[in-house]
Amino acid sequence: MFSWFANPLRFMRLSNWLAPLCYALSALLIGWGLWQGLWMVPKDEYQGGDIMRVMFLHVPAAWLAMASYMAMAVMSFIWFIWRHEVADIAAKSIAPLGAVWTAICLATGSIWGKPTWGTWWQWDDARMMSVLFMFFLFLGYMALRASMDTRQKAARAGAILAMVGAINVPLIKFSVDLFTSLHQDSSVLTADGPKMAAVYLWPLLASGLGHTLLFAGLTQTLMRAEIWDRRTAQANAKLMAEG
Amino acid sequence: MRPAPILSAFQQALGEAWAGGAGALLPLGFFAGAAVLVPLGIGTDPQTLRAVGPGILWVALALSSLVTLERIFQADTEDGALDLWLQTGAPASAIAGAKTFAHWLAAGLPLALLSPLLALMFQAEASADLLRNAALYGLGGLAFYFWGGVGAALSATVRRGGLLISLIALPLYVPTAIFGALSMTNGPGSESAPLFLAASTLFALAVAPFAMAAALRLAAD
Repeated sequence: MFSWFANPLRFMRLSNWLAPLCYALSALLIGWGLWQGLWMVPKDEYQGGDIMRVMFLHVPAAWLAMASYMAMAVMSFIWFIWRHEVADIAAKSIAPLGAVWTAICLATGSIWGKPTWGTWWQWDDARMMSVLFMFFLFLGYMALRASMDTRQKAARAGAILAMVGAINVPLIKFSVDLFTSLHQDSSVLTADGPKMAAVYLWPLLASGLGHTLLFAGLTQTLMRAEIWDRRTAQANAKLMAEG
Repeated sequence: MRPAPILSAFQQALGEAWAGGAGALLPLGFFAGAAVLVPLGIGTDPQTLRAVGPGILWVALALSSLVTLERIFQADTEDGALDLWLQTGAPASAIAGAKTFAHWLAAGLPLALLSPLLALMFQAEASADLLRNAALYGLGGLAFYFWGGVGAALSATVRRGGLLISLIALPLYVPTAIFGALSMTNGPGSESAPLFLAASTLFALAVAPFAMAAALRLAAD
């Protein structure tokens, strides 16, 4: 299956229509989710009144922060084992996007935390800490790739770091979980179904799916740019060689 | 598998760590210097110092491991020693592990041994706990050195790689730092924290050599 996707030509053909489709769907879903979330749903006084509406940005960002790191690690693994170039291009493209969504998650969390918990930042909170370290993992990955002098070396070093980071994520999560947490427990994905009222749940799910599609679309666009970049370099080299 | 290349890597790293005249005193000086800056920075109130002392020593230990590790593999890629080791047929993970262990022995262990003295300067009560804490610093330091070694191996070909090592190794230091600091408090979870600290060190010992080996093969290319 991986090999089927590994063909850059096939990827270019696929993303040519898939990326715009992702953008269109995500615009609809995020638009509806935000409209519902910001204007339609009643505010929840227990969660701080109107400020709880930031949830429709904060929760999707948190979900993408974790999902994007995992996607980057899986892509790195595929590249490391099978040496499919498209997987490396994907890992490289996911990194800056993942860092941005992680930053959004941290920023909106702070903004939500100040009025409800009375603090911008809590050092002994498990979730804030693990997201913060995920942010550092992204930054380290990008810095390492940028410091390598060839594309091949950047891919190898990046893949090693992404995989080492991925096997450490559960350990980091566990260690920071030992601290008592201010953060509320998960209320969407629980064993006995969502604990949230349906009026909040549907806009939240729409928003989450919309952000995921936006992320997927942007990843494809960055990957396309990278492939065009390599093609241009190749064409240039050919021109130079032919004089 | 012949052990000779691994032994030679170990001896070379030990010699490297002792070279430069001052030997193990140099990291000790850095450790002491970093720790002594703290009372100047945050004030000299004995209560405060007693509370922050153990944590400050963890931070100083992590920093000094980063500083000593910067050149551990870089010199070998520059003078070609790395290529020779990889050609001997000995596992690269064993060579990387031996080198990192030697650096911990020469720089990390002395810091742990010095820690009771610094703890006393931070107004800790003189008791057997200080020796127990020294053992914990030694244990945690081993994890710091092995994860830092991964960063050092990945940035072996990068000029001014030291800054990169800090950024790469910081998230990997987290579990060890948390369990280490937790094991020196009286809070909830402090009884089991030394065991978790040992587990995180064992995890580093099990995983880091293979990551270092992959990174060193990349550096030798």
